[in-house]
Amino acid sequence: MNRRQQSWLLAAALAVLAPLAFDLPAWLCITSLLILSWRALTLWRRLPVPAHGLLLLLALAGVITIAAHYHTLFGRDPGIALLLLLLALKLMEANSLRDGHAAALLCYFLMLCQFPYAQSMVSAAMTLIAVVLTTAALVLLHHPRQAAPLRLAASMLAQAALFMLLLFVLFPRIEGPLWGLPGDAYAGLTGLAETMTPGSISRLSRSEAIAFRAEFSTRQPPQDALYWRGPVLSRFDGSSWSAGRPDTGSTLPYATRGGASDYTVTLEPHDKLWLFALELPGVIPADGLITRDYQLLAKAPVRARLRYAMRSYPEIFAGRDESPENLRQARQLPLGANPRARLLAQAWRAESGDDGPALVRRMLDYYRSQDFSYTLNPPLLAENSIDAFLFESRRGFCEHYAASFVFMMRAAGLPARVVTGYQGGEINPVDHTLIVRQSDAHAWAEVWTRERGWWRVDPTAAVAPSRIEKNLAAALPENGPLLLLARPAFLWLHEMRFRWEALANAWNQQVLGYNPRRQREFLSSLGMATPDWQRMVTVLGVLSSLLLCAFSAWVLVERGQSRDPLQAAWNRLSNKLAGRGPRRVGARGMARQNWEGPQDYAKRIGSALPEIAGEIFIIAELYQALRYGPVANPRKVQELNTLIRRLKP
Amino acid sequence: MQSDWHTVQKEVRLSSHIHPLAANADKMPSSDHSSTAHAALAELIRQAGGVVLGKERQIRLALTCLVARGHLLIEDLPGVGKTTLAQLLARLLGLHFQRIQFTSDMLPADIIGVSVFERASNRFVFHPGPIFSQLILADEVNRATPKTQSALLEAMEEGQVTTEGMTRRLPTPFFVIATQNPSHHIGTFPLPESQLDRFLMKIELGYPDRKAERELLLGADRREMIAGLATALTPDELQSLQQAAGRIHVSAPIIDYVQALVAYTRHCPDYQFGLSPRAALALLAAARAWALLDGRGHVLPEDIQAVLPAVAPHRLRSTGQTRRSAGEIARALIEAVALP
Repeated sequence: MNRRQQSWLLAAALAVLAPLAFDLPAWLCITSLLILSWRALTLWRRLPVPAHGLLLLLALAGVITIAAHYHTLFGRDPGIALLLLLLALKLMEANSLRDGHAAALLCYFLMLCQFPYAQSMVSAAMTLIAVVLTTAALVLLHHPRQAAPLRLAASMLAQAALFMLLLFVLFPRIEGPLWGLPGDAYAGLTGLAETMTPGSISRLSRSEAIAFRAEFSTRQPPQDALYWRGPVLSRFDGSSWSAGRPDTGSTLPYATRGGASDYTVTLEPHDKLWLFALELPGVIPADGLITRDYQLLAKAPVRARLRYAMRSYPEIFAGRDESPENLRQARQLPLGANPRARLLAQAWRAESGDDGPALVRRMLDYYRSQDFSYTLNPPLLAENSIDAFLFESRRGFCEHYAASFVFMMRAAGLPARVVTGYQGGEINPVDHTLIVRQSDAHAWAEVWTRERGWWRVDPTAAVAPSRIEKNLAAALPENGPLLLLARPAFLWLHEMRFRWEALANAWNQQVLGYNPRRQREFLSSLGMATPDWQRMVTVLGVLSSLLLCAFSAWVLVERGQSRDPLQAAWNRLSNKLAGRGPRRVGARGMARQNWEGPQDYAKRIGSALPEIAGEIFIIAELYQALRYGPVANPRKVQELNTLIRRLKP
Repeated sequence: MQSDWHTVQKEVRLSSHIHPLAANADKMPSSDHSSTAHAALAELIRQAGGVVLGKERQIRLALTCLVARGHLLIEDLPGVGKTTLAQLLARLLGLHFQRIQFTSDMLPADIIGVSVFERASNRFVFHPGPIFSQLILADEVNRATPKTQSALLEAMEEGQVTTEGMTRRLPTPFFVIATQNPSHHIGTFPLPESQLDRFLMKIELGYPDRKAERELLLGADRREMIAGLATALTPDELQSLQQAAGRIHVSAPIIDYVQALVAYTRHCPDYQFGLSPRAALALLAAARAWALLDGRGHVLPEDIQAVLPAVAPHRLRSTGQTRRSAGEIARALIEAVALP
């Protein structure tokens, strides 16, 4: 390989490395980058490449480090890591064309490898760049003096793109995520957890990742009513809150009433069972369940983007006939902890008696009157965290308020539980979907009274009403630790993000979300009567053939063969004789080789088919005179045509 | 393979007498002139074929080279008939012939000539070297030092020599047949590419086949045979043939074909560099002369393909490690490029 070919291969390898760098360990990417840069340096400065022994040592060290990092050499991640390292090392020693081809093919394979990690538009765009560069390198391997390999590669890929589009639309889709094969693919997903400890939600709030999107088909409820119900936590062990046993059913445990809002949720994968819906859900999605504490669950962990239609009734009174066991669970407290809070609660209980709403009011008044503040980074709390929060630090995030509130209610004898989920969301003005981010994660409380059943109390609203009415950024002090983008000062960035996310949403819905159902819908809308797989494959075959024919016709016209009547006649002779003759040479028979001149061709035919040798020689002689002679004579072309037509091979 | 083409052409020519239509189509403005010229050339080839046995194709190529006003390089082992071929051509064409045996201690003056002081006339008189003849056999040209080689090659290119401030024209026609040993032999100075390019054609003679060799062994002494031959063409006739070759018609598809061939060598990874525009011109000139020898008024793709093995390979350098023969290189090139 010459330097130009090597340089292009290096560029291709860099383009392949780029999308993988997000998902593979940093040390590996930096090592690969260093090796590639080293190679680039040796190329440009014409330095000698390192000895084979050194490369072998590097490879060995790399394999050992990868094995140590992943604790195995088998599986997807270590496999991809190994391939990346070996690609870099291969380019270091690649000299022959064969090595170059191997490296290019490895590049193509590694491009596929990044899709289990990410399927976003960015990764698709980066892969596209890598495909073009690798193809250009491959072009150059075959044509070292090709002046514009990038242009040729792009034009070849543009032709392939039409076939890709056909395959995408028409190839029968299979159910489920294509890429989510091994189990370690979901390790990095964020979202609400099964348990809540002080600090868990405030940590989540720093993530700008999208939790889900919602599109309302009816009027969207006001911002302060957007409570997206998630895991309900009713067990408290003194430091963390967790869900009780999930007691599930497939019918709603309450009757619906009042006005409803209809919307569609597109949930990002989070590897947990929960589905989110506004309180309280009025339908159960297909393949979904509902727990006794009104939380929607999927039957399997959500590992691919999930879309479901939902209807919610904000005015439902649920749980007036709650089972005594659940109520007992909702009053449970660990013995002994947080004595000061208990004392206060018992004092209130003594004053207000059994009046639940009065107890709730007292607690909320307590938050308002005692100089509590809302902050993303509350101080660390020691043992008896409720006591420490309520009587000492008084600075906390929603989980502190929800936890202390539920604790106080339980200590006062009122059944209560923590509900986690998301509150609010943000309308994207570009495509009018409501985006709910991890930073909208929230915790609130539910208390039970005999008259109303379970009802929602959000203690955070008492301390920081703007959190509920607007969003997190509005509720936090100016210079608090908040993500840059959430600050109003960066409005233009905010605006750009809206546009970007609208685009990403379209990508998710139209490209990644093109599942069997959507495929059927789309094809029906195009006029295919019953889009089953046989029909799709048939249409795919027909359209591909048509496309192929169109390309071939284009090539023929480009060559101008069909335009010149003389050449057309000459080609007709060749076609007429193709497949004839005693010895079939290949499948072409006696067809003319494309480099064969008229006399050579006539001679070949003449010796293979002596019975027509005379005619063929006359035809060839006439053709060569017309084609290569000084006088052009259209009348003679007619005669040539006649001679060829009369020829009976 | 190559000789196949030749037979084709003969047969096709025969066939043109079968059908009046085809024969008419062949009637070209210059065909009268070229048919007499063709007859003379055919006779010349026949006579030459009687002396240098079994090498009809090489004789035709050498003659083509001469008619195309080019110079010829023959690369082969000693004793396969290089000198005999040169002497034969000189004799048949009635050209003044000189042979220069190149050696490593040769100086440019040994070729061009020197001025010697003559006491009688009291002035310097130029004594022309052997280069002042119409046909020169430069034997084993790659044994001389580059300095001496370039003196010859410059004369070939310019058609004149300049010594001591005087420019002297070389006779016309001026035709050089250089021979060289295969360049991997010891004690040679291989001609660089730029100088190889000065030769229109480079051919190899090769061993004669069994039958031809037997005939050679049984036959008379070649020198005597050559001496007994009559001149077949006068220098004037040769010059008019050279002019006729320049008038052979070249159609647009042929130009397209030459361009396609040249473009292919420039893009294909098999070659380190492609054919130059001079090579393309050489190809066309040789094909014209070949068509004239064939008695045709226009160039066919077969003419290009016939001269290609002699014209192209010495102007190309393959990238591969394996050495391919000129025939193989030309064959690959021909089969890689479609006729336009």
